[in-house]
Amino acid sequence: MNIAEQTGRRRLAVGREAGDRRRVWPWPRVTLAALAAVACAAPFLLTPYRVFQLTMILVYGIALLGLNLVVGQSGQISLGHGAFLAVGAYTSAVATGPLGLPYPVVLPLSALLSFGLGLALGLPALRLRGAYLAVVTLAIAVVVPPVIKRFGAVTGGSMGLSASVPSAPPWSGLADDQWLYLLVLAVAAAALAAARNLLASRSGRALAAIRENPAAAEVLGVRIAAHRTLVFAWSAMYAGVAGTLYAWVVGFVSPDSFTVTLSIVLLAAAVVGGPDSPAGPLLGAVFLTFVPAAAQGAGDAAPGLVAGLVIVIVVCAAPAGLAGLLRMAAGAVARRLGRE
Amino acid sequence: MADLLLQVVQGLSLGAVYAGLALALVLVHRFTGIVNFAQGELAMLSTYVAWQLLDAGMPFWAAFPVTLAVSVAGGMLVERLVIRRVEGGGELTLVAVTVGLLIFVNAAAGLVWSFAVRSFPNPFPTALGFGSAQSGFSALGVLGVVAVVMLALHVLFRHTGAGLVMRAVVADPVSARLAGIRVGRVLGLGWGLAAGVGAVAGVLVAPLLFLEPNMMGGVLVYALAAAVLGGFRDPVVTVAAGLGLGVAATLAGTYVEFVGADLKVAVPLLVIVTALLLPRRAAETAGQR
Repeated sequence: MNIAEQTGRRRLAVGREAGDRRRVWPWPRVTLAALAAVACAAPFLLTPYRVFQLTMILVYGIALLGLNLVVGQSGQISLGHGAFLAVGAYTSAVATGPLGLPYPVVLPLSALLSFGLGLALGLPALRLRGAYLAVVTLAIAVVVPPVIKRFGAVTGGSMGLSASVPSAPPWSGLADDQWLYLLVLAVAAAALAAARNLLASRSGRALAAIRENPAAAEVLGVRIAAHRTLVFAWSAMYAGVAGTLYAWVVGFVSPDSFTVTLSIVLLAAAVVGGPDSPAGPLLGAVFLTFVPAAAQGAGDAAPGLVAGLVIVIVVCAAPAGLAGLLRMAAGAVARRLGRE
Repeated sequence: MADLLLQVVQGLSLGAVYAGLALALVLVHRFTGIVNFAQGELAMLSTYVAWQLLDAGMPFWAAFPVTLAVSVAGGMLVERLVIRRVEGGGELTLVAVTVGLLIFVNAAAGLVWSFAVRSFPNPFPTALGFGSAQSGFSALGVLGVVAVVMLALHVLFRHTGAGLVMRAVVADPVSARLAGIRVGRVLGLGWGLAAGVGAVAGVLVAPLLFLEPNMMGGVLVYALAAAVLGGFRDPVVTVAAGLGLGVAATLAGTYVEFVGADLKVAVPLLVIVTALLLPRRAAETAGQR
């Protein structure tokens, strides 16, 4: 029994508690089509640096989409998704480099590996709730960089490994960065569709039931532990895929890219974006990509200061995240348009 | 053999520090039901306060109580300004807020004191004798200070009026409020106490690890492991677990070649996972709180 329920203090909501799910925006398909058109046209209109930034947003967006499965849908907290990104990135770097495997094979390979690892590490999630899972996953995130350094013969140790970047096939007439962007965009679209299907499935409804009322779900015959472990594994797979794409985009992996800070910032971005909204991962990824870059000019400490402040303010003032604000704005616009 | 003894002593002094921070985690959790991921960073901030005072020419044993007072006030301030707004929120809200605090405090310390590594003076006599005797004194000092802190907390909670009020709030906030206790203030005091205990851990670990904004990251993992073993409620088990972890990690780092200095931090991870998987007790407290 927590204190708020007993003392009747204001209870803040995160995720689904924060708003009802009625459709506030009457033209979802048109909007989605317009967004898709803009996303496809973007690499031909922007400078290479902007294209790179957009690609990174999509990469982080895929990772956050996975994290949202755990945080938003299952109601659990992972502070260790950076570890799965590391697994995906190193799988790609090692498989395409020393092993010489072709790119199309690498993506499913690292998806499979991170899914398996997520399944293994998700087993503690059978029994853990909220903060305890956060503690375990935080410890995992702390341990990953030293482990990578320990197996230097394979991973290149603290020097890192350079990963080869997929180049555009000659028939397409695209520049490498444009090709890479479209590749990542395709993977992101597939990932989004898969996540939607997953949530619309039996398993997705079971998760919703578990989150709203675990005891009732169990009485109805939902196997809580199995569903939680499985969704953790799916989520790890998303992070692993994002890690592989990260290695392709950046072309270099090192233990310092996957410190515990990355995991912490990923969770923060999920919360800031809105853990229970389809727009959340994208907004969170924008936050993750632009806020540190914009604050970098003001010194080493500025990105952390700004990010920390934004997180605390969002949690206190706008618990549904940026996506919640967007939803409110969309609702207001739609109402105004409807009235005319 | 002497070497083994030296390692055990060093492990104990590190373990005492882990135990101190774990005790702060347990305090915050008992009072407000929050696992405070920013506890280590708050301790780091306190250590910088102590360093600043020492740098200004204060003797150590004068700077120490001042640091403690500043830390207690700081902890209460954090509770009042940030935590009270989200108290009783979902687990995600609470974890997100403390994680935000972690990032913010870390960056703020970097802004004020830069990310450069500084050395921190050892408060205990070190000039005596050769290697093992030297770290022996230091370890005894650290252990002694942590023991004093535990004793002080015990006396506070069991033998003073303020302690009685605090226990009432922990046991039943509603009844405590109805009996006229200002629950919010007491919760703030709980955060203050935890920050004070954390400050002790920070000041004690600084001579061993050097002072820098990221110094508590590793310590926090050990402290979390110790707190998990104590079910986030039992102070005696928590402290024992902290000491044990310190010794186990030091010995593993020295004598198990595969582990080495780098992978020592995997020891608390293994401990956390096994502790949460094997007995039902810790898992049950996690569910019920």
